[in-house]
Amino acid sequence: MDKIPILKMGDCLLVTIQVDMHDRLALTLQDDLTTQIVKHRARGVLIDISSLEMVDSFIGRMLGSIASMASLLDAQTVVVGMRPSVAITLVELGLSLEGIRTALDVEKGMTALRVAVSATKKGADAGTKV
Amino acid sequence: MQVLKSELMELRSSEDIVRVRQEVRKCAVALGFGIVDQTKLVTASSELSRNTVDYGGGGTVCIETVQNDRRAGLRLTFEDHGPGIADIEEALKDGYTSGGGMGLGLGGSKRLSHEFEIFSTLGEGTRVSIVRWK
Amino acid sequence: MASKLAEILSKKDGEILSKWLQQQSASGRKGSAAEQQVTSRKSQEFLNGLKSALAKGSVDDISGPEWTSVRDLLLELSSSRAKGGYTPTETATFVLSLKKPLFTALREESGTNAEALADAVWQTTELLDKLALLTTETYQRTREELISRQQDELLELSTPVVRLWENVLALPLIGTLDSARTQVVMQNLLDAIVETRSDFAIIDITGVPTVDTLVAQHLLKTVAAARLMGADCLISGIRPQIAQTIIHLGVDLSNVTTKATLADAFAIALRRSGQMVVKSSTEAK
Repeated sequence: MDKIPILKMGDCLLVTIQVDMHDRLALTLQDDLTTQIVKHRARGVLIDISSLEMVDSFIGRMLGSIASMASLLDAQTVVVGMRPSVAITLVELGLSLEGIRTALDVEKGMTALRVAVSATKKGADAGTKV
Repeated sequence: MQVLKSELMELRSSEDIVRVRQEVRKCAVALGFGIVDQTKLVTASSELSRNTVDYGGGGTVCIETVQNDRRAGLRLTFEDHGPGIADIEEALKDGYTSGGGMGLGLGGSKRLSHEFEIFSTLGEGTRVSIVRWK
Repeated sequence: MASKLAEILSKKDGEILSKWLQQQSASGRKGSAAEQQVTSRKSQEFLNGLKSALAKGSVDDISGPEWTSVRDLLLELSSSRAKGGYTPTETATFVLSLKKPLFTALREESGTNAEALADAVWQTTELLDKLALLTTETYQRTREELISRQQDELLELSTPVVRLWENVLALPLIGTLDSARTQVVMQNLLDAIVETRSDFAIIDITGVPTVDTLVAQHLLKTVAAARLMGADCLISGIRPQIAQTIIHLGVDLSNVTTKATLADAFAIALRRSGQMVVKSSTEAK
């Protein structure tokens, strides 16, 4: 079965979704990412959906799950490259993708990740105030 | 309305959902729908296909090219012989879900379509039909 | 019957033509000298076409190949009249005013045979009605195509996306927004955001006289879509009346940054993108 490749870029993981995913592939991706985040102690995950011609509630759920799981593992997530037609449809569908960080492209996504990662680092370093 | 072309597809597995999406995209493109309309159709079909497979125990979808006196359109009719929906009004509300879903399938598909019809009988099955005009 | 009519048309060609032309200007539009020349030429062509179609084809079915040249002539005539500002009546009159001269000729030829005359008149009127309806349908279609094309052009002209700064786009909306237009506008803006890789888009509605629920919802959807794509969308140009309308309509703009002026919105966009405008010591005196 085909797998979606996960690339390592520094302390971030880059995933490019290019195929019309069926459910099993999506679940496999979630598992793989979780494993890789732990393995490489990744601080950021960038998901490139610029090739996706459609995002339905299932894929939306998947993106949300990935973001939540990554966060539990102390990694930040950014979803990049959403097409205008997909964005318009998602708004109409009523899917808010709340809590998921988005950026226009990979470059801006990496910048956003840097900002997000250093913000959490500061927060972690600050610790609890007595 | 007239039916100009009709095609029936099986909906039993998640691979079928992908196949239906691709076929709907193909038909929408052939009819000359713009990119946003295409995406709305494909997305609605994905939601309803998933409902049929996950909650309806599998079923079929009929993809039809239709024509009313002024314009052409695409009609998708999803049918299953599953448990049926007890409270349709409730099911149409966002956030409602009997499974682990986000509960946007029915309401969302309605919003993405120009016409939406649903018939369901407990214990017998459900039929959902949507149309998007050019 | 068809051949009888064809016979009459051959025999009394000139007479029918002149009576018809008279009838056309009496009941329709007279037109300029140039227009009259065109009409006269078209009328002659029509009569010729009618003659040969009747000689070869049936009088009941005008969809056959023998009637192609007649149909084409009427199509072309109706289309140019629709574009030329003629009324539907003036266009249909072309065919309908042929009735009187034809009936007169038929009566003269039928002599005392009342039954034959009645049949001939009925078939002639049916034929001419069909042809007249053809002109009306073509007229309608042409007008609709014209209007549709003008609407598209208007849409193009009135939704320009302006690049204010490296990262900032502005969409100054002018005029009333309807559902169709707003959707096109939405798409154009989102496409522009991708093309220019802009992080910020400002929709300025200074030039929009009224905002109703539908328009407000479309604006909100555009902002939401831009956000999903990773860009920030602000709305500026909200006049006091519009602000009131929006509150009354119960539209929730709490998640959107709104400013009274485009300038204010621009300043915010700059600030958010980590830029600022600084006075240069070398230029200003």
